[in-house]
Amino acid sequence: MPSVQDWINNPLGVVDGAFAQNNSGAEWEKKVVEYFKEKLKVNGAQSWVPSLNDVPLHYLKPNSLVKFRCMIQDMFDPEFFMGVYETVDSSTNSKVLRCGKYKDVTDCGQVDFNSRNAVTSERQTFYCVPIPGESQWVKEISFHQARVVPSTSYTPNRHKRSYEEDDEMDTQAQQENNCQWNDSHRNVESKRLETEAPSQNNSPSRCSSNLDLNFPLPGEQGPACLVKVYEGWDGFKLNDMLEVFGILSVDPALSLMADDKEASSLLDPTESMETVEEQRAHSPPASLVPRIHMLYAQPLKHNNPLLPSAVSEDKGACRFLSGVLSELTSVRSELLTYLTHIFLGDSLAAEYLILHLISSVYARRDVLPLGKFTLNVSGCPHSSPYTDQLYQIIQQLVPSSYQICMSLHNMNNQRMVPRKDYTANRLVSGTLQLASNTSLFLDETQLEQGQLDATGVRNITALGNLISWQKVDYDFNYHQMEFPCNINVLIVSEGRSLLPSDCQVHLRPALSPPNLEEYLKTVQLAQASSQLNKYRVYFTVARSLDYNISDQITKAVEEDFVEMRKDDPQSVSAEDLHRMLIVARLLSLSYGQTSLSRENWIKAKQMEMMRISRTQQQKCVNGNEP
Amino acid sequence: MSSPSSSARKRARSSNPPTPASEDPLSLSPRPREPSTGELQPMPTSPGTDMQSPAIQDTSLFSSPYHSSLLDMSSPLIYDTPSRGTPARQRPDLGSVRKAPQVDLNSEPVSGGSHFIKSSNCLQSKIFGLYAKRFLQRFIDPSSREDENACLDLNEPLYMQKLDEISVVGDPVLNVNCGHIQTFDADLYRQLICYPQEVIPTFDMAVNELFFDRYPDSVLEHQIQVRPYNALKTRNMRSLNPEDIDQLITISGMVIRTSQLIPEMQEAFFRCQVCAFSTRVEVDRGRIAEPAVCRNCNTTHSMALVHNRSVFSDKQMIKLQESPEDMPAGQTPHTTVVYAHNDLVDKVQPGDRVNITGIYRAAPMRVNPRQSQVKSVYKTHIDAIHFRKTDERRLHGLEEENEQKLFTEERVSMLKELAAKPDVYDRLSSALAPSIYEHEDIKKGILLQLFGGTRKDFSQTGRGNFRAEINILLCGDPGTSKSQLLQYVYNLVPRGQYTSGKGSSAVGLTAYVMKDPETRQLVLQTGALVLSDNGICCIDEFDKMSDSTRSVLHEVMEQQTLSIAKAGIICQLNARTSILAAANPVESQWNPKKTTIENIQLPHTLLSRFDLIFLMLDPQDEAYDRRLAHHLVSLYYQSEDQVEEEYLDMAVLKDYIAYARTYINPRLCEEASQALIEAYVDMRKIGSGRGMVSAYPRQLESLIRLAEAHAKVRFSDKVETIDVEEAKRLHREALKQSATDPRTGFVDISILTTGMSATARKRKEEVAQALKKLIQSKGKMPAMKYQQLFDDLRGQSEAAITKDMFDEALRALTDEDYLTVTGKTVRLL
Repeated sequence: MPSVQDWINNPLGVVDGAFAQNNSGAEWEKKVVEYFKEKLKVNGAQSWVPSLNDVPLHYLKPNSLVKFRCMIQDMFDPEFFMGVYETVDSSTNSKVLRCGKYKDVTDCGQVDFNSRNAVTSERQTFYCVPIPGESQWVKEISFHQARVVPSTSYTPNRHKRSYEEDDEMDTQAQQENNCQWNDSHRNVESKRLETEAPSQNNSPSRCSSNLDLNFPLPGEQGPACLVKVYEGWDGFKLNDMLEVFGILSVDPALSLMADDKEASSLLDPTESMETVEEQRAHSPPASLVPRIHMLYAQPLKHNNPLLPSAVSEDKGACRFLSGVLSELTSVRSELLTYLTHIFLGDSLAAEYLILHLISSVYARRDVLPLGKFTLNVSGCPHSSPYTDQLYQIIQQLVPSSYQICMSLHNMNNQRMVPRKDYTANRLVSGTLQLASNTSLFLDETQLEQGQLDATGVRNITALGNLISWQKVDYDFNYHQMEFPCNINVLIVSEGRSLLPSDCQVHLRPALSPPNLEEYLKTVQLAQASSQLNKYRVYFTVARSLDYNISDQITKAVEEDFVEMRKDDPQSVSAEDLHRMLIVARLLSLSYGQTSLSRENWIKAKQMEMMRISRTQQQKCVNGNEP
Repeated sequence: MSSPSSSARKRARSSNPPTPASEDPLSLSPRPREPSTGELQPMPTSPGTDMQSPAIQDTSLFSSPYHSSLLDMSSPLIYDTPSRGTPARQRPDLGSVRKAPQVDLNSEPVSGGSHFIKSSNCLQSKIFGLYAKRFLQRFIDPSSREDENACLDLNEPLYMQKLDEISVVGDPVLNVNCGHIQTFDADLYRQLICYPQEVIPTFDMAVNELFFDRYPDSVLEHQIQVRPYNALKTRNMRSLNPEDIDQLITISGMVIRTSQLIPEMQEAFFRCQVCAFSTRVEVDRGRIAEPAVCRNCNTTHSMALVHNRSVFSDKQMIKLQESPEDMPAGQTPHTTVVYAHNDLVDKVQPGDRVNITGIYRAAPMRVNPRQSQVKSVYKTHIDAIHFRKTDERRLHGLEEENEQKLFTEERVSMLKELAAKPDVYDRLSSALAPSIYEHEDIKKGILLQLFGGTRKDFSQTGRGNFRAEINILLCGDPGTSKSQLLQYVYNLVPRGQYTSGKGSSAVGLTAYVMKDPETRQLVLQTGALVLSDNGICCIDEFDKMSDSTRSVLHEVMEQQTLSIAKAGIICQLNARTSILAAANPVESQWNPKKTTIENIQLPHTLLSRFDLIFLMLDPQDEAYDRRLAHHLVSLYYQSEDQVEEEYLDMAVLKDYIAYARTYINPRLCEEASQALIEAYVDMRKIGSGRGMVSAYPRQLESLIRLAEAHAKVRFSDKVETIDVEEAKRLHREALKQSATDPRTGFVDISILTTGMSATARKRKEEVAQALKKLIQSKGKMPAMKYQQLFDDLRGQSEAAITKDMFDEALRALTDEDYLTVTGKTVRLL
């Protein structure tokens, strides 16, 4: 596909071409965007674009089209740039109009700052990180899906290749600059490669040690990116998941600036309106934090690579979806058996776990988030690897997840709530800055008696707010700002959790295998990867289904409620009804049914009944109220 | 701007155009940028940024012949100023150190009908000065509401009075409200906005001319500088775009960081090392043209800079962040860099909310000084001309919302249309927290709280401020969505605070003094109550609050102030906040057999400060259940669109409340006051029939506030009888819920005011009398056994008498000096 090669390998050529064709109006800008959108729409075209998630940065060709699956971690200030500028050739004194869009630095030649043809434009910069807590399987599968990765030109003898590339750049630069500078340039370049190449290959975590890439979760890997957005930036929100298609810019000049900064700031105090920290945060070396000039971005509803990202866009996706829907029920029963094994034979807990994993905030009524279903699984054995293994199993099922061990040390030391750092002028991330539908696994069995300090109390409050209102109050020092979120919180604890939850299930194991660890491993191994993939698809599909309640059922539910209250008004409160309605909703969705049926309502009621009786029994056993 | 001597010098020099730059650096203070250089040869390119090699390029800049002549023509600096020796002061805020790049001036809305033709020359500038002068001399603002104009005569020209003030006070700064200029002369205003760099100096000229004509003998530190503010282009930071570059803008925001003071060289002093000849060079756009040749002895490269004889001006970098109110949800706030110059330095502190008027600048960044490639991004900043702190006025107790929230015409007419509807009260109350079911009266109460009463000032008669805020307490069973209601209110009002009684200490609620680790300065940190001044403070789990914390509330809830005496700081802060509190009953479930006080165990002194106390109970009634179920079920299947509609309502509600709070100040009319008097007398009468007081002046005050708030809901400037009726009804409704004596079933206000119902008190009295009678009937016995007396009394009385009641009766008799109790014996006295 020669044409494909062209627009992927040299997108700036397309842009410049369009600019040269009609530089009078703003028309060309739209045309460029349309052109790339059309190209990407072609069946499978998106997988031809190399992804920053899969391919290490130095294998990618600068100024080529790349894609990046990411979350917006921070939004920087808008910047003004030269949209159109005029350069003067010093030898001939001729002037040329050039386009500055999708570029970081100007092309060769002296720029005429006072040109009357110049146009100043505005763009916005987003700091994007890979989706926090993305499961390993997501990465693997999307890696194998990409059709471009094993491209032969990159793989062999990569070191040599990258040196060659740099040499090319150097010769370019040489034309305009004196030798002395070029030498220093070469030094810097080679140094950069030395430090970067091994770290990218072996332990990507090392590269974050010298520069804090500000990932929400500790131990995350992958590149962070500065995404330059040219239009419609008001439509994006913090923590949105995006698939960005854009032009990769790793101009060494950008990194050089950071190095040079200290020297120049000494010379001119007025120049240093940015502190060193701010410099570091806002213009990190391009080798570590590449720039992407966005051509097109696709908001992601989920990051499950097994499903087409945009639901119901083309026919293939529709066919795929209907196929999944038809076998939803059978997958559900297999899944239930699997989870029942995991819960040592407790099928009720397994049912509730399924409901929990497909829950999602689907609307907000004034302050009340609807559809959240925080589950508290109590009765988990204290200090045994059971909870860890449970987390691993969940990790294998959901596309992104994170485990917080609620040990005293962790609670008192972890930074959960993102905080604005005014010196560096950026939002320092915290573990609660997560994308939509991330599974947050809170392990309360690790909590021991002791003193919570101020940070600990703040963290507990933040977790409580997250669970009750599905929002996190980011700390902006002078004020707090509320960011709504959609995070599935699962709490495992011995007794009732100290955090609020929508629903508490007390685990009642039916069997007690002598070697718990061994047992769980064998259960896990029994699942083929194709089986696991089915489950993964199941969760994502069930979550995205629409749902309604017919008038008839509404009537029935009302009757039921009145009936229940008649016998004993204390037994069922409005809150209980709330919960029952959520359970009924999720239960219907878990069977792939988009409206509530009588049977499901009754089943939901029974499940609730069983669950409540179990907790009450537990209370009796313990002899005291929690 | 410049003194006559210096301008003369300049003129003399410029009449001799081809002077070499090395000898004759232009001693001109920041040169205004020409609005149009199009016809002329363009200015030398890109100054300012390439600091590294000034000497090479700069010669061209200063030796160009047309340059100085052009200066002579247009610069208002040369304009004849009768400033008589008062030194001019440079305005680094106008002439940026950097020359801003291309703004296509032709595209700007200057042309048609404007009296300012773009090619500015001497004549134009003069005409312009005349317009400015005319404005200053004639502008009268009869409807001024600004606080700084408080003691000025509104029918005299405003700015002439201000000049008068300057001559008295000696502060050579004249703040000019751009709104005034706009109403006076729209063209002048437009010029000011588009070409502040040219127009403000003409204003300076005009002002100084006027001033020194009127007060020829006054002595000022330097010449008067004009500082325009409130450019109507007031916008939030988010809406700034490339078109605003080099224009006068006003933006609001919060200061987040201020830099150290940066000394910026204005005039460099050079001395020849051979012959000690000295010369001064002014800084032009951030650069100094170092003289290469000494004019006296003609030695080359002998001039050395003498730092401590050079002239510096102060400069400070300030980071401004968008105020949280202006932000769209789900995005992070933007920041802008602001430079403050001279006396504006250190005017603001981090945390201040300010309106900044200034000129928006953009300068290109160079990747590497030795490289021709340019990073295609501009650095932007604002040169501040005027600061106005927005939170400062809160201390003066003035209504600050006056200018804060501006409504569009359509919005206002829409709100008025809504207000004209007869059922507006019901509509609004049902729009409030629609996800919470029923509790109509509670919602109505909260609605009135959101509007608040009219603020009255009786400080002259010694009573101080009357509370206008309405306080509400919600108590009731857990799980009756009290917290949700609080959350809703907190999200609705602009200045709301949400705290939980469990987690907050007295310090967290009020204010505390902290030592700044860097400056060793004592800083007052304000707590939730002070922060919610003019707003609503929502306190959840009110009952869980410690006694010391609660005691703080006494002052806040009646006097609306907060006194602090800590670490040497003694002050009284305004805390005009409404309190919306929620409390759970002590026994986790509401006990209908007990009074409110007994149920929530709060001191009655605090309870009486709540205007309305509502019980949120589970009604346990079939019809209610059915409606509730329907409501909840519908919550779970309504589509996204329907939810959107609700949100629209919330925005309308917000605006409605803001508008009413700002513009409507209802007063009692004659009928209404009569109705209030009657209502009060009625309330007292109900009680007096049974020998108890059922209303206190505090209840009357509550009634007035509620009636006023209801009038506000109707957008009415008069409190009428219907308002009083509704206030009465609501008040009665709340009382019925909370002040009903469970023993008698009557409403009894003394439950709330004294903590005990009148019947209970009467009963106590009766037991004591019965006991006394019993003892008397036993004849002259000096001492009795405690237990036996108790048994006797129980045997005698028809009602059940508990030990507590017996003890209380004994205590009452002890107080009467009738008997004493020692251990287990009772002795008569």
